[in-house]
Amino acid sequence: MSALSDQLVTFAILTYLVAMISHAVEFALGNARKVAVAAPARELVGAGVGGAGGSVDEPATPSVPERPDRSTGRAVLAGRIAAWLTVLGAALHLGAVVTRGIAAERMPWGNMYEFVLTVTWIGAAAWLVVLWKQPSLRRLGLFLTLVMVLLLAFAELKLYVQVVPLMPALQSYWFIIHVSTIIFSSGIFLLGVVPAAAYLMRAGWEQGRRSFPYTLARRLPAAAGLERLTFTLHAFAFPIFTFAVIAGAIWAEAAWGRAWGWDPKETWAFISWVVYAGYLHARATPSVKRSVATWIAVVGFLTVLMNLFGVNFFFTGLHSYAGV
Amino acid sequence: MTTVDDRPTTPPAEAPRRRVNPVLALLRNSWRQLTSMRTALILLFLLAVAAIPGSVLPQRGVNPEKVDQWFVDHPDLAPRLDQIGAFAVFGSVWFSAIYLLLFTSLIGCILPRTRDHVRALRMRPPAAPKRLDRLPQHAALEAPAAADPAAIAAVLRRRRWRVAVRGNEVSAEKGYLKETGNLLFHTSLIAVLLGVAAGSWYGWHGNRILVAGADNAFCNTRQQYAEASLGPRVDSADLPPFCLTLEKFEADYLDSGQASRFWATVSVDSPGDTPRTAGFSVNSPLRLDGANVYLLGNGYAPVLKYTDRYGKSQTSDDPFLRTGDPNATEEGVALFPDANVDPKTGRRAADQQVAFDGLYLPTVGDQPPYVASQFPAERNPALNLTAYRGNLGLDAGIPGSVYQLDQRQVDNGKLKQVGTKLLRPGETWTLDDGSTLEFVGTRPYVTLAVRHAPGQTLLLVASGTLLLGLMGSLFARRRRVWFRVSPPEGGSPTSGSSLVEAGGLPRTEHPGFADEFAQLVAAVSGDAPDRRRAREGDE
Ligand code: HEM
Repeated sequence: MSALSDQLVTFAILTYLVAMISHAVEFALGNARKVAVAAPARELVGAGVGGAGGSVDEPATPSVPERPDRSTGRAVLAGRIAAWLTVLGAALHLGAVVTRGIAAERMPWGNMYEFVLTVTWIGAAAWLVVLWKQPSLRRLGLFLTLVMVLLLAFAELKLYVQVVPLMPALQSYWFIIHVSTIIFSSGIFLLGVVPAAAYLMRAGWEQGRRSFPYTLARRLPAAAGLERLTFTLHAFAFPIFTFAVIAGAIWAEAAWGRAWGWDPKETWAFISWVVYAGYLHARATPSVKRSVATWIAVVGFLTVLMNLFGVNFFFTGLHSYAGV
Repeated sequence: MTTVDDRPTTPPAEAPRRRVNPVLALLRNSWRQLTSMRTALILLFLLAVAAIPGSVLPQRGVNPEKVDQWFVDHPDLAPRLDQIGAFAVFGSVWFSAIYLLLFTSLIGCILPRTRDHVRALRMRPPAAPKRLDRLPQHAALEAPAAADPAAIAAVLRRRRWRVAVRGNEVSAEKGYLKETGNLLFHTSLIAVLLGVAAGSWYGWHGNRILVAGADNAFCNTRQQYAEASLGPRVDSADLPPFCLTLEKFEADYLDSGQASRFWATVSVDSPGDTPRTAGFSVNSPLRLDGANVYLLGNGYAPVLKYTDRYGKSQTSDDPFLRTGDPNATEEGVALFPDANVDPKTGRRAADQQVAFDGLYLPTVGDQPPYVASQFPAERNPALNLTAYRGNLGLDAGIPGSVYQLDQRQVDNGKLKQVGTKLLRPGETWTLDDGSTLEFVGTRPYVTLAVRHAPGQTLLLVASGTLLLGLMGSLFARRRRVWFRVSPPEGGSPTSGSSLVEAGGLPRTEHPGFADEFAQLVAAVSGDAPDRRRAREGDE
């Protein structure tokens, strides 16, 4: 079972890689103007957590009728193929997570390898939900698959460990509650950084910047929609992350005798939380530019990464399950 | 989902010009600055940055040994960093200054907003603007099912809008939960801070090792802790009196050596109660009245019986400490400072003290060097000891560790090595002077943290309301709609052919509002939404 999981991870990476190439082809062939204009102003309301209103689409903005253009047609085809490959990749990825869990006879979140494996799957799955609700954002898939390939390859090469049962410190139902919510919110934050980065490039492009990273954004969806998606994803993930931190504190009280002890992991969770709170504030303040706010969200994700990798590599703390 | 300033009553732009006291003006300005959103943002950012050194540098409150090590490794830098509180970041002046300012700003922010919000809750939804067709959402309904203001109001009320009817106009508003949630969230933050403060003022904790056996029982007094810290409002006398004896400790290991279960059984003796037995484990602490006992670690204390050259025996069962090796190699020392007292004279030569130091290996390997255990459970236990005789240096007045030999005495030749041996349980080692050391066996020990942390309940409740408030604040949306019933030319307002105009204003950026508005209009006109399409507009 464990070997099967390892093989599935490899296949998932390869599938994401081919999806990425396919997205790149779409990029190379695509007609930017058309995509930008045709973007309907639909909004994802975080997978059923939308509160009042639920997920409802605004009546679609009249889109420019597509000219039958051969290169555009091929671009759309490449994009569709990329999207379906991403679905396949996510399915293989899910298979890898599940078989790993079966092999370990527990939730597959016992060490850093498994952690990254699951976080990235959440990111990929959430991306597919976004894609389903807003097909016009498909081109973001290039960045998403890139992130997937990088993180998964890193996990497989650098973090891989054999399947082992949980150490006693992790045998608690709080383990499931705390870790699953951390993973879930981290996965959404991971996905959120994709439209955030895309927005920063696209906004620069729309303001007339024509130097390197901005030129990449020529064929991206319109900035306003990217920005809104960025916010929606973060607003969705933030309360879950908050809950996860609280659950962690409750567990820490039971396990270590203190709810909060400024262990490096806790410190970085605090930092992430404060930075994301800063993002929400900045976005709610009219005098703060949207690009500045979005940068704060990107910084927030860097702190999440720091917690995921940096803390395990550089510091030792009570969160000793890192397994590297 | 952002609000564009949500306050119903904006302060008047220009107060009548008066000569103001410059000091007062400065104060007022500073207060305004402090409570502005921009300042809150900067302070939040500072808070995040200020926390970073707390994870990069070792912290006294978390890991004092590492701090000491840091001082050894960086003798120049460490004292200077220490001066600015770098090894106790979260209690430092600058860190406290940031969060106290932030919370002052927060209070200064919450208070006026609460006042405004309460006012808004009491107020009736505002009157309709003159031109409803200028609003982001607008529709004109001809001959709707609900054609008079009261009927429209009823439709809205059924959909949980707050409604006010003024003449031929209906005003409605929804989504107060957003601001309520936001205020609840920010107020909960203050409660969390208070909970933390209560915990640090009125809480205490101590750590110690408890070796099995009634002769090693420990009672909850400050002196009995290896390390203890009492909050500023706690007195030693406040510690609840109870005594603990470790009866039994069980540890299960997998074949890989990874632990799968720990279980400590203690007897608890509190005054006024009959002694009872209780078990606890990692993740499920022993909860006593006024304190919780947490299991942090475990190990073995070798029982060593030394019989000196005069035939007098003493026994040591000091714990050997884990070296950090997952297979539980332990390091320790057995000191016999009172050995070799001449029974005739009652005196002892200063250089006749005895000590043994070395390693305890729960599972020793087949071949030397016997320096690392092969498995954490006691499958094939052995002690790898070195014997010393001489002056242990305990009388010098320098406090020594019970877990280590005073290396200075060895270095200056006052303590001499007199042999090494691998010793298994039950074996006896005869030294050069005829004295003997018997390895009787081992006793398990546990590392305990005993804690009292008041304010936890407040923290838990505040965390819950914080989360609820946050969700309300993030996911609720504030919006207003108006309906105006115009009587048909010359007719009465209730006649069948009256015209109803509707307008909607999302006060929170929210793309679903157009649909909601369309549905509302449809409900008022009493038919399907597609017959009368609400005019689209941008949010
Ligand atoms: C301890 C420091 C603070 C933290 C951790 C914090 C956290 C947050 C968070 C997470 C949100 C997002 C929820 C939402 O969007 O409604 C928020 C919103 C908000 N905060 Fe704070 N806050 C703090 C201090 C302040 C201060 C000092 C002010 C006043 C200047 C303030 C004013 C607001 C306002 C007006 C919103 C609503 C934004 C909106 O409508 O989206 N907060 N805060």
